[in-house]
Amino acid sequence: MAPVSLKKLVKRYGALEVVHGIDLEVKDREFIALVGPSGCGKSTTLRMIAGLEDVSGGTIEIGDNVVNDLPPRARNISMVFQSYALYPHMTVGENMGFSLKIAGRPVEEIKEKVADAAAILDLTHLLERRPSQLSGGQRQRVAMGRAIVRRPDVFLFDEPLSNLDAKLRTQVRTEIKKLHARMQATMIYVTHDQVEAMTLSDRIVIMRDGHIEQVGTPEEVFNRPLTKFVAGFIGSPPMNMDDVTVADGKLVFASGATLPIPPKFRQSLTPGQKLTFGLRPDDFFPTGHGLNSGDAEAVAELELPVSITEPLGNETLVFVGFNGRDWVSRMLNPRPLPSGQSIKMSFDLSQAHLFDLTTGKSLVA
Amino acid sequence: MKLSRLSAPVLLLFPAFLVLAAVVVVPLALSFYSSFTPFRLTKPESLYVFIGLRNYITVISSWDFWVAFGRTVLFLTIALNAEMLLGLGLALLVSKAVRGQRLLRTLMMFPMMFSPVLVGFQFKFLFNDNIGLINNALQSLGLTDQAIPWLINGNLALFSITVAEVWSSTSVFAILILAGLLAMPRDPIEAAHVDGCTPLQTFRYVTWPYLMPFAFIAMTIRSLDVARAYDIVKIMTDGGPAKRTELLWTLVGRTAYGDARMGMANAMAYFAIVLSILFTVYFFRKLAAARQQIGAEW
Repeated sequence: MAPVSLKKLVKRYGALEVVHGIDLEVKDREFIALVGPSGCGKSTTLRMIAGLEDVSGGTIEIGDNVVNDLPPRARNISMVFQSYALYPHMTVGENMGFSLKIAGRPVEEIKEKVADAAAILDLTHLLERRPSQLSGGQRQRVAMGRAIVRRPDVFLFDEPLSNLDAKLRTQVRTEIKKLHARMQATMIYVTHDQVEAMTLSDRIVIMRDGHIEQVGTPEEVFNRPLTKFVAGFIGSPPMNMDDVTVADGKLVFASGATLPIPPKFRQSLTPGQKLTFGLRPDDFFPTGHGLNSGDAEAVAELELPVSITEPLGNETLVFVGFNGRDWVSRMLNPRPLPSGQSIKMSFDLSQAHLFDLTTGKSLVA
Repeated sequence: MKLSRLSAPVLLLFPAFLVLAAVVVVPLALSFYSSFTPFRLTKPESLYVFIGLRNYITVISSWDFWVAFGRTVLFLTIALNAEMLLGLGLALLVSKAVRGQRLLRTLMMFPMMFSPVLVGFQFKFLFNDNIGLINNALQSLGLTDQAIPWLINGNLALFSITVAEVWSSTSVFAILILAGLLAMPRDPIEAAHVDGCTPLQTFRYVTWPYLMPFAFIAMTIRSLDVARAYDIVKIMTDGGPAKRTELLWTLVGRTAYGDARMGMANAMAYFAIVLSILFTVYFFRKLAAARQQIGAEW
């Protein structure tokens, strides 16, 4: 049980700097997800916290101690690896009890703790097996079991679900969430999958090119993205975005199409300003098939051609031709829509996002 | 006429069988038979005298033979263990090299490129008590003012031979263990660090179990050399002084070609082959067990 604090943390490989002085405060017992595209420095950051990579600059504190120069074994952390990293020559039970054995704990205590962890993770009947005799999902549970028997201050997860198939992923995700509720420990979770980050964490850290773009609760990063990058990264399907120029009371798209300026931005925009306009699929829907945001005045309607549809049962993703591209729309209470047909689309502009074209910063912030 | 009635597979395999029979089966059978005769090269007709197990009984009750036998086992045990430890050390060092690893790997294989006969001559010169480099170096460094009789003192001679053997074969272990090190996944090692292992414990509990199959492959290969511990000894001391470095195969060679007692030599040789097979089977078992342990998929 300990907070983790990163201060001006830098990682360099020779002349190449991959993490550029990031600051992050992880509260005690918080579940925090580091998310971003591959190469953004999230795994490197996690490995520095674990002590598997040297720190090139700045400090890492776990609890009240600066741990920069401590080896991993002295940091009281556990880590779950993407590849499970089980010891193939040991049984499941030996794998889980290994850290306690190394710490020189009595055999009885090890047995008891392993049995407890195995019961939590439903591994009791597998304790005598070797990792090679287990399925991927079971192996990942063993890896988690190995992490929890030690009762560490901080749990680190490095893309633990990436090697599992889609169905198992959902299942193990739920187990991780339960585990967090049960263990009451600080957890730092690295993933490139924004859905995992959204579903699991208390707060999400979105990283890009070795910088932190935004830190916030899932609700914050979804509804109030600070940058165009965050807006595009969080949410599935991703936000529709296109460049616009501000004209008299209107936003003009490259194709000449126009939308009225969203009410909340009316005071702040000047004609000629170049921006990026963003609207989530949930706020762009065939008229009558979306959520009612309550601000009827802010809804603009246009007649647009359907290009394709992806029915998902409870909803249908409709791709609609707008501004020379397909914009994706989430249609609730779906009805069949033939391709090529023009339909009336609603733009709920109360939910629209505008970003500065050059800096990518959100205007509302 | 008759040949054409044989089926095609038999016909096609026939030449291969014939060649194999001529170069392997017949000599093997002949040597095995001759071990039951008092065959001497100087008395060809003695090949047709059957004496049953008398050669084997003589061999078993011969003190010289058992001394050579014991010395061979001792020599190989020491040499294999030393090679194993040195090879492991070398492999670990080379695997840590950040730069020039490929060059080091190539250099490491150099001893394997030399014929054992050349290695024998080279070390015979190095260990020469009058003009050898080793005595010269020891004296120049002031460590001794005497000429140490490396190849003349019985114990020192066996030691010198062991050094030569270790020098020439350590690279077999080093290369195979290095292959194991390079093939092993990084993650379990990192997991061990996180689990609280010191570097030494990581090696003991994680790295070594991974490397064991590779070490046993090397052991198995080298154990076949039990039947070949001949050339270096032959060159460096020829079993001397006063049979102090006599190994099984120098004894067999001397009995066969020096004393011309072919029947007796063959009986000894079959004994030595059994020893070699036992070593190989032992290490093969160990290898299978180690592979099973790490759940290897090869």
